[in-house]
Amino acid sequence: MKLHVASAWSAAQLAGSALLGLFLLFPLLGLFVTLSWDDFLGGLRNPLLGPALRLSLLTTATSLVFVVVLGSLFAWRVARNPGRLSRALETIAQLPAVIPPAVAGVGLLLAFGRRGLLGAWLDRHGIALAFTTPAVVMAEAFVSAPFFVQSAIAAFRRVDENLLVVARTLGASPFRTFLRVGLPLAAPGLVAGAAMSWARAVGEFGATLLFAGNLTGRTQTMPLAVYTAMESDLRAAQALSLILVTIAFALLFVLRRMAPGAPLPGTELRGG
Amino acid sequence: MVEIGIARRIGPLDLRIDLSLKRETVLLVGPNGAGKTTLLRLLLGVLSPDEGRIALDGLTLFDAGKGIDLAIEERELGYLPQDYALFPNLDVIGNVTFGLARLRRVDRVRRATDWLERFGVAHLSRRSPGALSGGERQRVALARALARSPRALLLDEPFASLDPVARRELRVSMGAWLRDWQLPALIVSHDPADAVLADRIAVVERGRVVQQGTLAELRGAAASRFVSGFTLEPDQ
Repeated sequence: MKLHVASAWSAAQLAGSALLGLFLLFPLLGLFVTLSWDDFLGGLRNPLLGPALRLSLLTTATSLVFVVVLGSLFAWRVARNPGRLSRALETIAQLPAVIPPAVAGVGLLLAFGRRGLLGAWLDRHGIALAFTTPAVVMAEAFVSAPFFVQSAIAAFRRVDENLLVVARTLGASPFRTFLRVGLPLAAPGLVAGAAMSWARAVGEFGATLLFAGNLTGRTQTMPLAVYTAMESDLRAAQALSLILVTIAFALLFVLRRMAPGAPLPGTELRGG
Repeated sequence: MVEIGIARRIGPLDLRIDLSLKRETVLLVGPNGAGKTTLLRLLLGVLSPDEGRIALDGLTLFDAGKGIDLAIEERELGYLPQDYALFPNLDVIGNVTFGLARLRRVDRVRRATDWLERFGVAHLSRRSPGALSGGERQRVALARALARSPRALLLDEPFASLDPVARRELRVSMGAWLRDWQLPALIVSHDPADAVLADRIAVVERGRVVQQGTLAELRGAAASRFVSGFTLEPDQ
């Protein structure tokens, strides 16, 4: 009887895994196998592709630098100074991950738009952010920051405090200790977090659409170009999607090679 | 000469320590939670006392009255934590040169190699700390701390992470080194066998130094149950 239950349990696990695995794999499979080579080449010639690809790479690279630099300082502070303030900061950094992207777009508009909290003041000084390329960067940074910050906090927390104290007794300033001990030891977690954060930024759609709009060459990133292409030409949308997926996979592969010991992107969010 | 007269409250622990060390080795013993590790952290500058003063050869490390509280890196203390805390991302020579940033590169390597040679581990220069035995790690960590010519040495359970054989061997070597260096050295320990290293034993209980003296003196007039237990002859 026991054996019977055990084998049924095992079969259920297997069936569940197979079902979910196929469900997750099928759309990717659909992208790749339903497109002929000619259609793919045709899609590559779509006039939306060039500007959107360039803009996506430019804006996500910018938002990644912004998120990694500020996020590292933020995460180090939170990880090394436990207390009420750190807990509050950590919660703030997690908020964008649970806010729907469309809501984030509305929020960004109400904060930095022409009549927004800060936007109205900026507007009086001749600075307009909404519906510009910087707005794309801001939307991407907003939605992707939690992925890096959470991963970085977890990575910095794993650095043994004794190593940091010893570094200081050996004459290193707090900054040099961060640079020479904290950063190298947390590097795998930081790289994993950066990869996850970058992937989120590349895929960003809702917040960008609402806060930055969908202007070719200025605010139309790859996901928005896919959306625009869908309206007229499914094949073009498919070709653009394939390119997006390929770039994402390639970058993930490179990052994994750079930091072989890194936990898989995403696992940090669970652990932290 | 180290002069300590400090007080600090942390949770249930009310620490008030008066202790001075000449160029001698003092073994700091006491039950768990008595405040030994907290005292080390206060001396290192990881924590600040609420009141009092710490001075080292005329250099004031901390003085609540005068508002002096030197940063960890300005205290010129050598620190050996229990697990030795070698930087896993640097090789052995990299660990030792880490503390010699002020020297020229050539001098840095020469000085580090000198110290590694003194401890008989210079041949391990290019090894990663992960590939060393416990005893080798301890020697590298000592070389790293001493290469900076610290004014005093703080050792936290220096033999706790060694196997019994290495522990006996290194205890003998450590005794000889401590006599050589003539530095004030404070060793936190749980092991009565470490008493052979010390000129004096200081017993800390519930945040106070309750008794000081040589092993024989403590044995003759134990001030507490902990002291009589700690000083029990091994064959008793």
